[in-house]
Amino acid sequence: MHLTLEFGGGLELLLEKSTKVHKVDVQPRDGEDKATMKGLLSWVKSNLVKERPEMFIKDDSVRPGVLVLINDCDWELCGGLDAELEDKDVVVFISTLHGG
Amino acid sequence: YGLPLKIVSYKDLYDWTMDDIVKAIGLKNNCTFCGVFRRQALDRGAALLKVDKIVTGHNADDIAETVLLNILRGDIARLSRCTFITTGEDGPIPRCKPFKYTYEKEIVMYAYFKKLDYFSTECIYSPNAYRGFAREFIKDLERMRPRAILDIITSGENFRISTTTRMPEQGTCERCGYISSQKLCKACVLLDGLNRGLPKLGIGRTAKVGAGADGSGEQQGKRAERRNRSSLQGKHGNLDF
Repeated sequence: MHLTLEFGGGLELLLEKSTKVHKVDVQPRDGEDKATMKGLLSWVKSNLVKERPEMFIKDDSVRPGVLVLINDCDWELCGGLDAELEDKDVVVFISTLHGG
Repeated sequence: YGLPLKIVSYKDLYDWTMDDIVKAIGLKNNCTFCGVFRRQALDRGAALLKVDKIVTGHNADDIAETVLLNILRGDIARLSRCTFITTGEDGPIPRCKPFKYTYEKEIVMYAYFKKLDYFSTECIYSPNAYRGFAREFIKDLERMRPRAILDIITSGENFRISTTTRMPEQGTCERCGYISSQKLCKACVLLDGLNRGLPKLGIGRTAKVGAGADGSGEQQGKRAERRNRSSLQGKHGNLDF
């Protein structure tokens, strides 16, 4: 499944070369037939986050303060961690945690 | 909108940059210096531009954090003022926080959809800031019950201070004329400390007033960490139990 992931608000600094946009290919986890946000999060943590993972993930979900958009829609309206992803979806992670 | 940008630096105003300050005092209490200096810098810059109002971008999350901070530190003076949407109306340049009820999340979403450019770098000296703890807590609360942020602000607005509590009075600094509730404003005290090689001047609280206080600096009697986060406030509070 091909997804486009975008990182903003400072989160891109946790990734290799601070790239903001990543086009990735993710498979559903074993035993599941659909990829969910929950699976995507652990995939991102293992494959994209190069430092300070606690800035991105806390327990099973994103760190509070990180906004998640699926196709420009707040993930809380799409099912949150259980939201199912489809091919060509765009997922955006924006951190709101920074000095003002 | 074509608004002119005026940049004011600590180096120009005080002859100390934050890097210099941190080299002199270390990584604790540096937020105190920055907050005090920043507040004054804002006022002085505004005076230079001859504006009649200062409007800051403090949002609901900021105000809720400040309410919590002031409770945790027992800062009654600031607690009573920190939820005012306008302050200093009787002073030369009143201040206002129009985003007081706007969640940080809404602002970030707006910026994202409107493709507004903003920078989001964290201050490199801030990881130990006390405000960070209040922020973590509030973010966890928001996740479970998003209205919590607005509710904390409402609680802050509804506090009433007992009439028998002694509150600081606002006067002016003897040295620079800035508003202050002490003889010398906090910025003068801190600068004094920096220039005399006494980085702890103006930091920390004496147990009782007059207990071995060695001069105007220590007589301040306030907790450093506290002074800062509320750079929202103008008046420097004092706390005397």
